[in-house]
Parts: sequence; structure tokens; C-alpha cells
Amino acid sequence: MATKSTAAERPREGAEPARLALVCALAWLVPGAGHIVQGRRLKGLIFLIALPLMFAAGLWLDGRLFPLEMSDPLVFLGAIANRGIGAPYFVARMLDAGLGTVTAASYEYGNTFLMTAGLLNFLVILDAFDVAKGRK
Amino acid sequence: MPSHFWLMVLFAFFVSLVFAVLLRDEPREQLKTGGMMLLGFVAAAYVLGWVMYLFPL
Repeated sequence: MATKSTAAERPREGAEPARLALVCALAWLVPGAGHIVQGRRLKGLIFLIALPLMFAAGLWLDGRLFPLEMSDPLVFLGAIANRGIGAPYFVARMLDAGLGTVTAASYEYGNTFLMTAGLLNFLVILDAFDVAKGRK
Repeated sequence: MPSHFWLMVLFAFFVSLVFAVLLRDEPREQLKTGGMMLLGFVAAAYVLGWVMYLFPL
């Protein structure tokens, strides 16, 4: 008896592990790039503009880019979230931005913007992965 | 520095935008979902802000 296959079950030509890894790495490094290379240009472009802009807003609000300190779990988790944005993180570090001004009224806002931008990019990476797998 | 309220609106805007684009494929649906989400975030924060006013530190 013939069974009806769903989109999730259908094998896709581009779903090899190497290609999936490349898409995810690209999506992490440049927010939205994972969608753009798969032909979802408008979605990718929106992520490419919105996420770095949110990250930049966090820097403008005197937020801090946390160091990878295992001794303090909350700082460590914040550091992982910060790094989720990819290239903008490294650019900010090179420019000595994101040192954080604890006394600034907007310090906590800045941290929230910086971490959320990274966490949202993790979701964007997962979406790009699903597209590459043929689930979407 | 902009007011706390406008920073909250800006934050809600970015989060709504990304979620709407992730969850919906059609621009019209994205606009509707994003708008509803933004309104929900702002309204919830506004209401919760006034609820907190009743419990001073």
C-alpha cells in the first residue's frame, strides 16, 4: 500500500551533513545569511538588518559583553547568549565596545538587548536548519 | 537616554519582528502576527507596570 509522505519525511537533495553544517555556521556568523543562501532572501534580509541593529542598540545602551567565566553560571550563560549573534560580536570586541557601564541607567536594558539579539539568532539558525532539511 | 517605556517598545518591536518573520511566510500574515504580538507585549507590560505600582518596595 502506498503511503503519503509529508514534507518532513521527504528526502531532500541538499540535506547532507556537510551542507547542513555550512548553512548553520553561515547563519550563525552572519544573521540571516542561512536564509539568503537558500533563496529566502526577504526573510534573510529582515534578520540581517533587525538582529545586528538590536545588538547595536544594546551597545548604545551601555550593555556589557560578558566573558566566558565558568565560575559564575549566570555570567557564563549571558556570554553564550552574547556570542549567538556571530560576526557583530567579534566586530564589537575588536572595537572595544560592550565594556558595560554598570552605573548607567540603561545598563540592564543594554544587557537585555545584547543577549536577546544572540538568542533570537539561535532561533534563526534553527529555522535555517529546518529549511535546509526540507521541513519548511 | 530615551524613556523606559520607549526602550520597552523598541525591544518588543525587535522581538515581534523576528518571531513574526520566523512563524509566518506571507508578508500579510507576518504583518498581522507581528502587530498583534507587539500590541500584546506592550499592553501586558503596561498592565503589569500598573499592577506593580500597587506593591511599593
